[in-house]
Amino acid sequence: MATPVHTNANVPTGQPPKPQRPTRSRWSRFIHSSRTAPYVFVLPFVLSFALFFAYPVISTVIMSFQEVLPGITTYVGLENYKDLINPTFGKAILNSVLYTLLTLVVLIPLPLVLAVLLNSPKMPGRGLFRSVMFIPALTSVVVAGTIFRLMFGELDGSLMNSLLGVFGLEPYKWLMNANTGFLALIVLALWRWLGVNMLYYMSGLQNIPPELYEAAQIDGASRFDSFWRITIPMLKPVTIYVFTISIYAGLSMFTESYMLWNGNNSPNDIGLTIVGYLYRQGLEQNSMGFGAAVGIVLLVFTLLLNLVQLKFFGLFRKED
Amino acid sequence: MLLRRKSMALMLMAVVLLAGLLQGCSGKADEKDGPGTELVLWTFNELHEKFFLQMADQWNQLHPDEPIVLKANTFPYDNHHSKLSIALQSGVGAPDIADIEVNKIGNFLKGIPQLVPLNPVIDPELKNIVPSRVQIYGKDGKYYGIDFHVGAEVMYYNKEILDQAGVNPDSIVTWADYAAAGKQVLAKTGKPMATVETNDLWNYWPMISQQKSDFLDDKGELTLDNETNIKTLEFLQQMVKDKIAIPAPGGGHHMEEYYGFMNKGGAASVWMPMWYMGRFTDYMPDLKGKIIIRPLPAWEKGGSRSAGMGGTGTVVTNQSKHQDLAMRFLAFAKLSKQGNVEIWKQLGFDPIRSEVWTMPEVKAKNKFTDYFGTNIFDTLIEVKDEINAVHIGPKTPDIASAVRNKILYRTLLNGEDPATVLHELADELR
Repeated sequence: MATPVHTNANVPTGQPPKPQRPTRSRWSRFIHSSRTAPYVFVLPFVLSFALFFAYPVISTVIMSFQEVLPGITTYVGLENYKDLINPTFGKAILNSVLYTLLTLVVLIPLPLVLAVLLNSPKMPGRGLFRSVMFIPALTSVVVAGTIFRLMFGELDGSLMNSLLGVFGLEPYKWLMNANTGFLALIVLALWRWLGVNMLYYMSGLQNIPPELYEAAQIDGASRFDSFWRITIPMLKPVTIYVFTISIYAGLSMFTESYMLWNGNNSPNDIGLTIVGYLYRQGLEQNSMGFGAAVGIVLLVFTLLLNLVQLKFFGLFRKED
Repeated sequence: MLLRRKSMALMLMAVVLLAGLLQGCSGKADEKDGPGTELVLWTFNELHEKFFLQMADQWNQLHPDEPIVLKANTFPYDNHHSKLSIALQSGVGAPDIADIEVNKIGNFLKGIPQLVPLNPVIDPELKNIVPSRVQIYGKDGKYYGIDFHVGAEVMYYNKEILDQAGVNPDSIVTWADYAAAGKQVLAKTGKPMATVETNDLWNYWPMISQQKSDFLDDKGELTLDNETNIKTLEFLQQMVKDKIAIPAPGGGHHMEEYYGFMNKGGAASVWMPMWYMGRFTDYMPDLKGKIIIRPLPAWEKGGSRSAGMGGTGTVVTNQSKHQDLAMRFLAFAKLSKQGNVEIWKQLGFDPIRSEVWTMPEVKAKNKFTDYFGTNIFDTLIEVKDEINAVHIGPKTPDIASAVRNKILYRTLLNGEDPATVLHELADELR
């Protein structure tokens, strides 16, 4: 873009004109400076990070040392953290960890195998299966949770009890029992997230050079050998990613349980999660300080767990 | 030049956008919107919203000099209470008037309540209303909320099943009589006498309230595991063991499964507050004409035959710019004779102003009299002096959660020992 050249009418004739320098406003110079530009571009992120993440986190840390009552806020030291040592929170942690483990057990191998199957050109109806498996991820968890609650309902007519009826079995109270309640939670998670994880694996599979398989074939490797020695190691980065987000998703699960038991009140807290406990204390019981302490524990717990697993998978090792 | 103009234009746009955003965030409504003072109301029940809107119309007809424009919003139950609590704690964004359910009021009475004391309108009416229905929303002699109803606990009998079993409901005086009749019903019809909730409080709480016991005493101390409460829970558990009562399908009396089960004549009776009438008319239409309303059995002859259960207090927040007007409108809607008649007509609740119970308006034909007959209020008048006040305090939300999630489930469904469970949970709550 051309910059207008300013002529100086007051320059006496006969003297050589001074070298002309484009004059820019201070604002224009600022915005065009190569030194400041990166900061300007990064500023929106920094601002939104500070406003919507750093500030709330710092406030939460402060609040976790306070008793926050309507109209009165007092510092109570470590009181909230001491109160966290109780059986209900223990149960919430146990449930969240168990849920995370169970989802990891089903939501990593199954999508991997399905992705390999659907990636094979020999598989008929590949396109159809890919979309069918992905559709549940687009369904709102509220809708899905309600449908699963009805499916696992305790009357004879609910889907699961109808299935039992086919085998001549008595109707069962699925959501009243810890084991079957968890089964419903895991089936719901599997139904919703199978397609998404499969998609990650499929994109990973596209990046494996076909020459590797050809070479293996020439060397006489079986299909299983190729899968075990080429596919799985080459998919390691995807697996680490899926693992990391699954840990986070598992520990932060709340809505599924909330919908399945029609509120944050499952019988004997069989569906209570850490976030459910946070919600109960912070909002349902109006103990914001205590709720903040639960949130901090969850943050530290998730962070530690993910750091450990990332270390374990060697993500911090320098690339060769 | 072009560049400078462009930057300027961009800057201007950013400023305009930001200003718009901030304006949006502030959520400040115009003081006057239309012909009256704007009052914002939040509730969690669509029927309450309709009721208040109608009362606003009536107010405007009677008070043409100070009309109001009521802006009502209904949110889901949990969402509503959380939103209100955050708005009150942060000091921004609260409505003028709001509904607070009785199990949640404890949260709002903690610390310094951010609500306006309603004593100026309640005190003069105390002799005309059931006092406990404002006392449960009170603290330190100040009343912050006014209930819709008495919530008198009654027994809904399925006359058809009782007739089949040869049981006369009027001969059931005590809970022992009720259990004996239950055995007869079970033997003759194969059906349980009652269903009991394992995820809600409306069966167990009235039973202990009848005996002047509670989860908290009048000083706010926890009495969850006292002798009366243990014995009552044992009695309830025994009824379940004897199959006279069954745990309600779905866990409670507000579940889809339960409505279907009961509508098909699943059990011979259920004890719930009077406000439960609407669930019969709306979700169990096949029982029309078969359900009769009677007082609860007493624990001993001459004992209390009812209890006041549940409720929604309507409050005025201290953020309201029109506190006086909001308070007077609220009194008109929920304390006046006119308002109380409307509460019955529109919501089917037993209103807190007792003189209304004998007025011809409550005998007039509506969907409730069509379903249950015209003598509904006779039962209420019969038991009106037998309703003990329940004690609500800051611990109530926590206790309600424990009773709902654990105590009833563990004792009635899992068959654990009531004394052990009550002691364990009481220790945890203390």
